[in-house]
Amino acid sequence: MLDLTWLLIAVPLASAAFLLLAGKRANPWGHWVGVAASGTAFLVGLGALIQMLGLDAHDRSHAVHLFTWIPGGELNLDAGLLVDPLSMTFVMLVTFVGTLIHVYSVAYMEHDPDRRRFFAYLNLFVAAMLLLVLADSYLLLFVGWEGVGLASYLLIGFWNHKPEYATAANKAFVVNRVGDMGLIVVMGLMFASFGALDFDTVFSSVDGASTAQLTAIGLALLVAACGKSAQFPLQSWLGDAMAGPTPVSALIHAATMVTAGVYLIVRSAPVFEGAPAAQTTVAAIGAFTLLLGAVIGMAKDDIKKALAASTMSQIGYMMLAAGLGPIGYAFAIFHLVTHGFFKAGMFLGAGSVMHGMNDQVDMRRFGALRTAMVTTWVTFGLGWLAILGVPPFSGFWSKDKIIEAAFVGEGAQPWILGGAALIGAGLTAFYMSRLFFMTFHGKARWTDDQHPHESPALMTVPMIILAVGSAFLGLFLAVGDRFSTWLEPVTGHAEHHEPVLPVAVIMIATLVLVALGAWVAWRKYGANDVPETAPAASLATIAARNDMFQDSVNRGVFERPGTHLTRTLVYADAAVVDAAVDKTAGSWARTGETVRKTQNGQVRSYALTMLVGLVIVIFLVVQGGL
Amino acid sequence: MDPINFVILASILFAIGAAAVLLRRNAIIAFMGVELMLNAANLALVAFSRIHGEIDGQIMAFFVLVVAAAEVVVGLAIIIAVFRARQTISLDEPAELKG
Repeated sequence: MLDLTWLLIAVPLASAAFLLLAGKRANPWGHWVGVAASGTAFLVGLGALIQMLGLDAHDRSHAVHLFTWIPGGELNLDAGLLVDPLSMTFVMLVTFVGTLIHVYSVAYMEHDPDRRRFFAYLNLFVAAMLLLVLADSYLLLFVGWEGVGLASYLLIGFWNHKPEYATAANKAFVVNRVGDMGLIVVMGLMFASFGALDFDTVFSSVDGASTAQLTAIGLALLVAACGKSAQFPLQSWLGDAMAGPTPVSALIHAATMVTAGVYLIVRSAPVFEGAPAAQTTVAAIGAFTLLLGAVIGMAKDDIKKALAASTMSQIGYMMLAAGLGPIGYAFAIFHLVTHGFFKAGMFLGAGSVMHGMNDQVDMRRFGALRTAMVTTWVTFGLGWLAILGVPPFSGFWSKDKIIEAAFVGEGAQPWILGGAALIGAGLTAFYMSRLFFMTFHGKARWTDDQHPHESPALMTVPMIILAVGSAFLGLFLAVGDRFSTWLEPVTGHAEHHEPVLPVAVIMIATLVLVALGAWVAWRKYGANDVPETAPAASLATIAARNDMFQDSVNRGVFERPGTHLTRTLVYADAAVVDAAVDKTAGSWARTGETVRKTQNGQVRSYALTMLVGLVIVIFLVVQGGL
Repeated sequence: MDPINFVILASILFAIGAAAVLLRRNAIIAFMGVELMLNAANLALVAFSRIHGEIDGQIMAFFVLVVAAAEVVVGLAIIIAVFRARQTISLDEPAELKG
């Protein structure tokens, strides 16, 4: 089964091609082909997982050779798949959550005339994401990396007849380009330093490289990760990416694609081991983004944008953990998996709410939905408890470990990183509770034509399954350090370090902050009335509502100077380069005009010219004695 | 008789031929001018052959005769073709090559 893992990529890819080429005839049943392709990938992945579990820990890394890709010269590269516990974790997350979201989308997109195209893009995404995580070289990973970027672009702009949605898709694509450039730089540096791009060779030659080389590679990897995972300073696209249909937000912009940056960092662990400065930068970026996302999430009234800010913040946690080194890698991936479940579940819940509320996204017009949509309320509630980190739900097991690991170290670092993680937990509790209470509790603030109703079973069943995962997956994987042991062949064995504070103190402080955040949110948004329009607020709130003015900053720092620069260059091009070329060409044209008069078409004048020429030649011959 | 006189005669004939080509519009006359120039050249070649006492010039003259015969055939054919197409044998009429 492990040798058949290429099917994981081939089946969804073939299905995507089929759905795109099949035409209107496939409209009535095309979506089921998409679901089947994703489901097949899940079954193949499950088979491979079962086989892998039967092997010894050190035999679990399995290389699948596909074909010779780039033969020749100094670069010999084979396309191959690396199936190990890390990639298998992603395969299971992507195919399982992906299949559930495919099923959900069948109902969610039922009235969309382009449903077949939607499923083709979803399948394309699944194929590209699996290629990304299974690739055994940075170049093949890059193919998947670009593939998910393309699928993300196509799906954000799925309703591109609305100009602002098309703009959001473009924005995501352009910002991701910056990150992609980082990955290209990585490959250039690796080829220059090691002469190879496959994981095996690169990681085995890391020991011989200098710290400066590794730091450069590490920072370029971080740029790539920031672009894909919406980390500061490349975070601005994620909020606008919510323009896509909600299942897309759940699958791509919450559970899987945006976590590819974390995967990249963890996969490149040997590089970061040799570059402590780059590693610390990763942790710092993660800590900063987790606070930034949390602050933005506290002020958003759009349910999807609040969830997007939360995603950003949670990926900040993963980045922070990935930047802590071997003690954090397993927890980063652990949180990634639990987050994939509870955040996808909550996005599907948000989609269910929108489905019942005529696509309303303003939380100030929700309220009291717990009676109208019981299943959605319960499943969303489980996700809410999970993200808060309330024991024994999933988030507690993963997030608490990250906070604990952040407190490990010497000097000021553990206090800064740990403090950020701790405060972030409190802020998370506040904004998620605010979202939950504003949507499901309090008084109904619906508009007149809204008649909320529970969604059909095709939507609620995936939500229920994800909610069960949100509730128990963390506990299941945390018992006896199952997950850390499973990942150990890849992430290496982490020695146990004592945090600067006792573990019990950290845990109690976290829970107290979480309870405090939730209580404040209940006082303000659950027990009291919520105004139907956003009230006037302090400067800080306004800043958070506007994503900390990220777009204005980007506009001022990059767009305006860039526009001026290009305009100047265009002017210089016209005034200097073009002018010189035009003048030269003009003088030749005038010469031609003059010379052309001798070509008058008169045979006799040509004959005269010949005669004169002949006479001159004879004269010269006779005179000069040539 | 001094053979140089033949060279002088050849020069005069060549000048007359060239003048005919340059000055007359009628294609037939101009063509006759061309023939005259060719024969002038032949005369000069034969004269040089005589002066130098070598046979090369005479051989060359035969070559010229052969080429001239071919040239007459082609030239007259062109003139007839132009006449059929344009009903004229004026040399100034066809001026399509004007730049």
